[in-house]
Amino acid sequence: MIQHLPILPILLPLLAGVLLLFAADAHHGRRAGFALAATAAQLATAVTLLAAVDGRIDVPWQDGGAVYALGNWAAPFGIVLVADRLAALMVTLTAILGLSALIYALARWERAGSHFLPMFQFLLMGLNGAFLTGDLFNLFVFFEVLLAASYGLALHGSGAPRVKAGLHYIVVNLVASLVFLVAAALIYSVAGTLNMAELALVVPRLDADTRTLFELGALLLGIVFLVKAGAWPLNFWLPSTYAAATAPVGAVFAILTKVGVYALLRFSILFGQDIAPAPFKGDWLFYCGLATIAVGTLGVLATQKLDRLAGYMVVISSGTLLAAFGFTGTTLTGPALYYLASSVLGGGAFFMLIEMTERNRTAAADLLAISFEAFGLQERHESEHPDEMAGVAIPAAMAFLGLAFFSCAAILSGLPPLSGFVAKFALLKAAIAAPPAAPAEQAILLFAALLLSGLAGLIALSRLGIRVFWDSERPTPRLQWLEAAPVAALVLLCFVLAFGAGPTMAYFDATARALHEPAAYIGVVLPGSRP
Amino acid sequence: MEIVFALAIGVMAGSGIYLLLRPRTFQVIMGLSLLSYAVNLFIFGMGRLRSGAAPVLDATRGADAALYADPVPQALVLTAIVIGFAVTALLLVVLLAARGLSGTDHVDGREPERE
Repeated sequence: MIQHLPILPILLPLLAGVLLLFAADAHHGRRAGFALAATAAQLATAVTLLAAVDGRIDVPWQDGGAVYALGNWAAPFGIVLVADRLAALMVTLTAILGLSALIYALARWERAGSHFLPMFQFLLMGLNGAFLTGDLFNLFVFFEVLLAASYGLALHGSGAPRVKAGLHYIVVNLVASLVFLVAAALIYSVAGTLNMAELALVVPRLDADTRTLFELGALLLGIVFLVKAGAWPLNFWLPSTYAAATAPVGAVFAILTKVGVYALLRFSILFGQDIAPAPFKGDWLFYCGLATIAVGTLGVLATQKLDRLAGYMVVISSGTLLAAFGFTGTTLTGPALYYLASSVLGGGAFFMLIEMTERNRTAAADLLAISFEAFGLQERHESEHPDEMAGVAIPAAMAFLGLAFFSCAAILSGLPPLSGFVAKFALLKAAIAAPPAAPAEQAILLFAALLLSGLAGLIALSRLGIRVFWDSERPTPRLQWLEAAPVAALVLLCFVLAFGAGPTMAYFDATARALHEPAAYIGVVLPGSRP
Repeated sequence: MEIVFALAIGVMAGSGIYLLLRPRTFQVIMGLSLLSYAVNLFIFGMGRLRSGAAPVLDATRGADAALYADPVPQALVLTAIVIGFAVTALLLVVLLAARGLSGTDHVDGREPERE
């Protein structure tokens, strides 16, 4: 039974999604219960997988990961799933975020349109599949599965702004999918294989002519992954789509860009950092990441609405990851993975949180408030009732929202004592202690980018936070326990990440070390091969 | 055959990209369709162009691999066609919804202001 573990994260949501599709007319409570049970089972599977690749439980796999041959066809001929440390980590993050977003959606948003629950399951299936697969074309298929589901989810709830943003999102991603196909076909035509491990073996042996064609294919592949990762200048679709999507969808979209980052990391290591084609190479990734951080920072400062702010926060976190992975040497990978976990959890919580605070609020209020501030028009009745202001009790809902907002702001902009700070601190520490091969200006640039983007995030978040929480005239939003619980859980998880930084960082570092030895990955997938 | 094949791909991809950059949603979806035909032909061509070679083993022809076409790109094309078809259908629905909600078929949901 245990040897079938790697396929379960794909099978469970597939079956659950199909069953939920047929149960569209069933009682709401029963459907919700079933979807919850299915997603909780995925979380359990993911955690088991995580423990299994870490050697905590007894499994019949070799060290370095589990290989699951679909249809029992051996590696280069059939499609394999490979569950190594990184894949297990990403699957676990997906399950955690998925479960929280689902609980949040069940309270309210699920009923804003039809078929939310099945599409949500298919999205999880696509994500898990993309993380687990060991085959280039299979990766394309899972990308399409998750994108098709995400198109439906982005439009969930309908309305003109959603459809407009969704239309752009779909067209951009369709073009990217076509480019992906061209890339996969080009790579197959020169390498004769689509298996990622075998590609890593074949690529160094290509002669000069075919090498050019291969690099062309890899270039296109890299562009596709950069589009998915939301790297500048390919990310103009991102903030409006994320802002227009409903809150639980935005929360789960927080991990969607990380699929692109994951794929870039995986392929750049398999192709070999030294001979990898341009978009996978360190320098390119590094400067592309810096540009993305810069654009995200400007966006954060310029935006006047919380939901777009959250979108730009996603852009900054993507840029930070790209810059960290592109940094010379491999010491930044472990901290970057920690940052990935922290920003996915914090970003997901933030998307849900802002929807709760923005309730009962007209769309123009933020815009007006900031314009007032800018033009000094803020002279209203502050001194009229000085006595009343002293003793206003804070409602429990507001207190919760305020605390959660503060925590999310600390996580996203990297303030102590939460996980965002630990992540940035570890990144900068690794950048200082970088190998002598790394040019000094790289470390300086990374320092400047991380600190400035954190500062900008902090300014923007506190500015909007003051507007939202210190406005005595606004009505208190009504919260349900079901909505508050997942946000609280995600924030608490970030606390755990921060206070258990020692053991978790050790795990991420072990993941990074395993990742930077592609020979182990290749050996597991293709036993008996010589790199 | 190679020239005709390459020209077909080139013409379709070129027209597809031109249409994709037009401002009307119908032009965009036609462009995407043309582009996906070009990509499908391209994948097919990546298995090397050969006439009279089947991709499936045949007992009467023997097991020599040189007698057969590469079956993998053909399988890829099949997958790509199915996925492309499904997603284009989905885009068509979104396009109609956008037309209905905004009252215009411009990709930005509003007509550009004329000078």
